[in-house]
Amino acid sequence: MDLSMRWLADYVDCDMPIKEFVSGITMSGSKVECYGEEGDYLENVVVGQVKEIVPHPNSDHMFITQVDVGESELVQIVTGAQNVKKDDFVPVAKHKSTVLHEGKTVKITKGKLRGEASNGMLCSVAELGLTTHDFPYAIDDGIFILGDDCDRTVGKDIREAIGFNDTKVEFEITSNRPDCMSVIGLARETAATFGKELKVKKPEFKGVEGDIDQLLKVKIHNTDLCKRYIGAIVKNVKIEPSPRWLRERLRACGVRPINNFVDITNFVMLEYGRPMHAFDLRYVEGAEINVRNARAGETITTLDGVVRELSEEMLVIADAKKPVAVAGVMGGEYSGIMEDTTTVVFESACFDGASVRTTAKKLGMRTDASARYEKGLDPHECYEALMRACQLVEELGAGEVVKNVVDENYQSEEPSSVEFSAEWINNFLGTDIPEEDMIKTLESLEFKVENGRAIAPWFRIDIEYKADVAEEIARIYGYNNIPDTIIRGVAQAQRTPKQNFEKLIKNAMTSMGVNEIETFSFISPKYFDKIALSESSKLRNTVTIMNPLGEDTSVMRTTILPSVLEVVARNYSYRNPECYVFELGNEYIPVEGEVLPEEPVRLGIGFYDTADKVDFYTLKGMIEGLMRAAGAEDVEYERAAADCGFDEASAFHPGRSAVVKVGGETVGIFGELHPKVLENYGIEVRAYAAKINIPELMALTSQVKTYKPLPKFPATTRDLSVVCDEEVPAAVLERIIKKSVGGILESVTLFDVYRGEQIAAGKKSVSYSISMRSLEGTLTDEQADKAMEKVLKELSAIGAELRA
Amino acid sequence: MKEQLNSIEARAEQELSQINDVKLLEEFRVKFLGKKGEITSILKQMGKLSAEERPVIGQLANKVRAEIENALNAKKEELKSKAEEMRLKAETLDVTLPGAAQRIGRPHPLDVTLEQVEEVFLGMGFDIVEGPEVETDHYCFEALNMPKHHPARDTQDTFYINENVLLRTQTSSVQIRTMEKMKPPIRIISPGRVYRSDAVDATHSPLFHQIEGLVIDKGITMADLKGTLELLMKRLYGEETQVRFRPHHFPYTEPSAEVDLMCFNCKGKGCSMCKQEGWVELLGSGMVHPKVLADCGIDPEVYSGFAFGIGLERITMGRYSINDMRLLYENDMRFLEQF
Repeated sequence: MDLSMRWLADYVDCDMPIKEFVSGITMSGSKVECYGEEGDYLENVVVGQVKEIVPHPNSDHMFITQVDVGESELVQIVTGAQNVKKDDFVPVAKHKSTVLHEGKTVKITKGKLRGEASNGMLCSVAELGLTTHDFPYAIDDGIFILGDDCDRTVGKDIREAIGFNDTKVEFEITSNRPDCMSVIGLARETAATFGKELKVKKPEFKGVEGDIDQLLKVKIHNTDLCKRYIGAIVKNVKIEPSPRWLRERLRACGVRPINNFVDITNFVMLEYGRPMHAFDLRYVEGAEINVRNARAGETITTLDGVVRELSEEMLVIADAKKPVAVAGVMGGEYSGIMEDTTTVVFESACFDGASVRTTAKKLGMRTDASARYEKGLDPHECYEALMRACQLVEELGAGEVVKNVVDENYQSEEPSSVEFSAEWINNFLGTDIPEEDMIKTLESLEFKVENGRAIAPWFRIDIEYKADVAEEIARIYGYNNIPDTIIRGVAQAQRTPKQNFEKLIKNAMTSMGVNEIETFSFISPKYFDKIALSESSKLRNTVTIMNPLGEDTSVMRTTILPSVLEVVARNYSYRNPECYVFELGNEYIPVEGEVLPEEPVRLGIGFYDTADKVDFYTLKGMIEGLMRAAGAEDVEYERAAADCGFDEASAFHPGRSAVVKVGGETVGIFGELHPKVLENYGIEVRAYAAKINIPELMALTSQVKTYKPLPKFPATTRDLSVVCDEEVPAAVLERIIKKSVGGILESVTLFDVYRGEQIAAGKKSVSYSISMRSLEGTLTDEQADKAMEKVLKELSAIGAELRA
Repeated sequence: MKEQLNSIEARAEQELSQINDVKLLEEFRVKFLGKKGEITSILKQMGKLSAEERPVIGQLANKVRAEIENALNAKKEELKSKAEEMRLKAETLDVTLPGAAQRIGRPHPLDVTLEQVEEVFLGMGFDIVEGPEVETDHYCFEALNMPKHHPARDTQDTFYINENVLLRTQTSSVQIRTMEKMKPPIRIISPGRVYRSDAVDATHSPLFHQIEGLVIDKGITMADLKGTLELLMKRLYGEETQVRFRPHHFPYTEPSAEVDLMCFNCKGKGCSMCKQEGWVELLGSGMVHPKVLADCGIDPEVYSGFAFGIGLERITMGRYSINDMRLLYENDMRFLEQF
């Protein structure tokens, strides 16, 4: 809502400095977005009178003028315009002035045009930042010749002379206060905020005799969607431009002046916040107004010239035969006001907000009228608005208003009233405001306080609860005058085990040098192809957005892996020498038969490094570290097969990827990315990734720590090298060693894997250091030897023999 | 013998002064002080001396031995410290050469800010709760006093999954889920992702984070709301921070307030960073609407409460002077490593 300060001043004293006004009104709830003076970019442009005009000697289309700008000497200015005559009053941009050119400010200085001195410029309306709508007698391709509605004192600042110096204030009005989308609404707020008097008078008009019922019939067929419809008739109308003061106000509020009748409806909409409409009675067939639902297949050509298809839930204004307007949205083209209109029907009505909103949305045209209606307007205000329109018709001499109006009124509600208790309000706000101050505030907002109840004015559609009245008190009292207190009482709070576990995982990852990232939860379905997911994968069954911004963000991810890989790829494309990232984020998995999907937390890891040597075991070390940090025991690793439980296995190098199992359950997959996947992402070095299921891991681990006594007796260590088939995984050897040594085993550490000389082809030598210790006493050599014998026997059973 | 001893002492002194090596010191010790050394051989001849001479020579011999020993030890110390000095000198490094690199992983800036906010609220007894991001229309709008066709829905352009399921546009949905599950007193915050169909630019993102707060108890006042949020802002931005509470409208709170922070850049005077307003809009808040309470089975005549929603991106960007929201989701290593 744009507000003209000059207009506001008609209804309330607002002569405080603009900054003070803006800040005060913002803090009482009508937020100012910005403000400024009209035409403030114009500098040194004044009214001048052309005293002499002769053709330019060196040009067949230019003229040399001598202009009186109120200075001791005339100013010579060369102009190319063809519409300037001697004695015309014109805007003169003097030497060192600023005007607009093609929407941008330009400086004007003196110079020569085809050899003749030109000490300034004569301006068109566009060069002042105006249009011919603002001055209908001006022309687009010529100089603005000031009419008698301007102050034609030579030398006068042009903005003052043509009334282009109002202050415009742009408000952001919240949806609960449609009453503030009007000059009078804001005047009321101004009065209450600054403790001033509101000076609004009931509009009145004289009118002429006439039988309104003969002239116009009105019938509301759907009284749910239209509670009131008032029609008035204006006869013998004279369609012409509105006077300057009216055009000025519309302009300051951002509305383009058209002609007196259209302008009056817009003026009333801005002043009272009530949309109005004007029809040409000639085109209202049967002179009857039917407020009804549209019929299937009906169409209307709206004022903007577009043919609209209507549907049955839409409310229209129809004459005897056809719709002439979409109720509360826009009028029809043919029934609008034209140059030769002689009789006008004024409409002031109240349509249901939700219905207008749905219709406007469906037709794709949100208008100033629909924006007001859809927030919900009260039927009572229709009348005043119509009276104001009639008053303006008489004031402008634009026609004769028939005295009586047609008023179809189905409004029966009482004004809303709520309990008023100063004590309750003070307890609720934490304040100590005297009751009489509260009553004064409410009265300034046109509430009545009677018998312990606050009765809201009709136009306040937002007052339903005690808290609503408390807000009125609080905002005028000033939110910032309410004290700041701390909630009474002590409360205990702590993170949940889940939150603690997730924090632990994040800390573990950062401690291993990996940076945390945040990525979008929605991805492109194409990402599934990028990670080579099989066509039949269940991960392709997604939660899909009906109205996405684009395909790239159209489905909720069912796997975190591609989100992480996008980041890795992006860093690679930025030529960052290394990238180590992880994200702890949700996946969104549809569940058959459930309304909402599951949102399990997943850890995704991705990295490459062009500077340092990294390989599969760098990543595995990270996963091992993570498992230690998580407190996982009984951790095992297996080659990641296609049926490992993670469909993302397709993204990994088949020989260099593994799953991690805790207590026999698979909780994650990790490894080097498949060369094809790297190619899909444009990554030209080896890169690594992992996905770990966090809630599953948490369920398998314990965060309860118990101290184990430090050993009292020394450990005995034996080294062991065995030769076995290449295919035997080290994990199998380790498992046998652990089982064979039994309770005295402290640790098994692999220290060498060797292939080559002295070892047969297809075989490898694997060396372990086995540490044994007893809690009861020092182990004897015999005990250690016996354990080792058992190990060798068991290893031999799978073909792993002691290396000679 | 007396002369012999004196001459030994003189020679020893002279020889010792020539020695520059720890190895030669041992030879010197053997030569003078060893079992077959010169002092010993003198002492072996003591038997030849008269009873009067013996103690005199004996005393002299011991004195000479002690002096040579002392001199020897002093020399030893001297050579050792000299050797040490030379070693230290030889081992001097250019300490300005770079160290062996250790990778340090960083938490995401949003997470750093979030954790700080969480700490403030944990300290005030607020539990942290979570709620689903894919949410029903009921929890996101309907139960928050925003029925279908409510104009306030227009300010939150929504991604729909189907007619009834959507991506939550605000963490306020968790308020309802919490009030349905818990009995007052309630003190919670709920951080999480929210979604609005805004195209990506420097200040908009279709996905961002909010931290919802909710307090319900007997006798909770608007002054409590102000005190709580003011405390948070001072913890986050420092004691000097100034905030203002400005009336606003949310369908699920009444009274409603937006909280503005005085612009750091211009200290309230108005500059390009705050669009000349002097204040930067930071969060929305208000007293929980009585209808919302009643619909959740909490009697508004007995209980009152307040709620607030903080934009995590906005406070993070403010704290670190990040001028483009896209940086937060681009995850460039050169950006991430600054936090």
